[in-house]
Amino acid sequence: MAHADKRASSNPIAAFFKIEGTPIAFVFLLLVLLFMLTAPRAFMGFRVYMSFMANVPPPMIIALGLTLVVVAGEMDLSFPSIVAFASYVFCALYQNYDMTWLALVAALATGTVMGFVNGLVVTKLGIPSLIATLAMLFLWGGLVTVVSNGASLAIPDIEGTLIHGVFAGRVGVFPVQFLWALGVAGLVWMVLNRHRFGESLLFIGDNLKVAKVVGISIDREKIKLFTLMGLLSAFAGVLLTLETTTYFSQAGMGYLLTVVAAVFIGGTSIFGGAGKVVGTVFGSLIVAIIEAGLVASGVAGFWTRFFIGLVFIVSVTMNAAIEDPDKVPLLKDLRSRARR
Amino acid sequence: MTSTPIVRLEHVGKKYGKVVSLKDVTLEIGANEIVGLIGDNGAGKSTLIKVLTGVEPPTSGTLYVRGQKIDASSYTVKEAHKLRIETVYQDSSLGEKQPLWRNFFVGRPITNRFGFIDVKAEKKVAEHIMRSTIGFRGVGIDVDTPVSRLSGGERQGVAIGRAMHFDSDLIVLDEPTVALALKEVQKVLDFIRSIKSGGRSCIYIEHNIHHVHEVCDRLVVLDRGEIALDAPTSSMTYLELTDFLMSLHARRPAAAAAH
Repeated sequence: MAHADKRASSNPIAAFFKIEGTPIAFVFLLLVLLFMLTAPRAFMGFRVYMSFMANVPPPMIIALGLTLVVVAGEMDLSFPSIVAFASYVFCALYQNYDMTWLALVAALATGTVMGFVNGLVVTKLGIPSLIATLAMLFLWGGLVTVVSNGASLAIPDIEGTLIHGVFAGRVGVFPVQFLWALGVAGLVWMVLNRHRFGESLLFIGDNLKVAKVVGISIDREKIKLFTLMGLLSAFAGVLLTLETTTYFSQAGMGYLLTVVAAVFIGGTSIFGGAGKVVGTVFGSLIVAIIEAGLVASGVAGFWTRFFIGLVFIVSVTMNAAIEDPDKVPLLKDLRSRARR
Repeated sequence: MTSTPIVRLEHVGKKYGKVVSLKDVTLEIGANEIVGLIGDNGAGKSTLIKVLTGVEPPTSGTLYVRGQKIDASSYTVKEAHKLRIETVYQDSSLGEKQPLWRNFFVGRPITNRFGFIDVKAEKKVAEHIMRSTIGFRGVGIDVDTPVSRLSGGERQGVAIGRAMHFDSDLIVLDEPTVALALKEVQKVLDFIRSIKSGGRSCIYIEHNIHHVHEVCDRLVVLDRGEIALDAPTSSMTYLELTDFLMSLHARRPAAAAAH
């Protein structure tokens, strides 16, 4: 209401933190500074950042897609298997038929079709997407293990080809795939904030009934959404394959929890109807820097997940508090006591 | 009314399985007419509206919009919008977390060829609607304000303003004053008067008979799926209307048995 607005405009700090992504960028910078203190040898040089930018793009691209899914009030847990499937298709076609660009197209098409099937399962069978895509995680994962006979593939000689240069090359020391990830981020931001498809997703996640009465075809938009998610997962799979030059059936599994964490750390609403694309970009960076930073600081690797969990809780709470302090019962309590 | 009515229902019936919700309803809504639709819970008001606005097809009977017969199978909410019929539901017409400008344009945004929204143009028009059509001069409310910060009456205003902007000839209001404070109710009644002065028609569904009697040109009472009364408001005083509604109640076998 009126007084709330006044308070925001008279307080430049609060106004600054209302700009999309600023609170989470701030947290990221704090973490970088912290690790510069605890692990100066690693974090004062550029190498660790370059290796970041080579490894973060695949999970970041998936997290960007997942942001749209969460905005619509849905969830997709099947992406690790789509990553693996796309990776397998790409490797197999390269190894057996020497395809590069066609292999890319085939891998992306595979992911798109799998996403489309996910969308059909969610909308036409009416299974809540959290459960439906968990089932699809098993189904697609099982299928790729069957078709690949459980074996891994290595394509080390793809290094030096044009496609490798375009998607996993280096400009000087700078990994090209990071530019691709930023490009996808820009595109996803435009789709969510400036495209009618994004608007449909916002209203579907906000209130299904409203979406229906304003004439949004809910099923069609959801199918499009899962299809896009499949495409982005497949693209992430190809980027991962080109960077590591290998396929193995568990390729995407390591992303499952960290990608979900990145989306929510970034400030996308758990309840749907609102999403922060810039937040997701920094959320992905934060998850990655915690993993690298703790190890470099000499903390046992086992602790990384613990700290990701901690940051997860702190940032979700912070995001809720920035939206409305009364949404956090603890803060609400403290505020009402302070007023007395 | 000499001109063709905006909508005309002829012998419309609607069944949900074995439950008869509407039986043989014939009703016309003329141009620039405010029609009050009254009836108890379960009288068939919402069903009538759903049939009228393309949310659900009727089981029998025909629907005419501006004299043209409507094919029930292809009649949808979008189709109704094209025929300039808008509905404002009690509380499910606006996305709470979305800013006002999005709420004005959702479902039919101003876009370029590639489907990208012209945010600047939308905000400008939204601003205009807020100022002129619904008269929002309120402090602290602008086009970027999310709906969750608005009062109940203001929300109805936004929804009605949206309907008027899209040049609808018929605006259906589904109990817009439910759960509103007295001051807010007056706002909504003013919005309804602005529909009339804007040359449009309105179907106003309401529990509070007093409000209906205050703003409507014509009264339609629905009772157990049938039209029990269809008369100009001027032909009845408020007391006569309440007496009539009470007499309906007394005729009801279930009510009689209870006494």
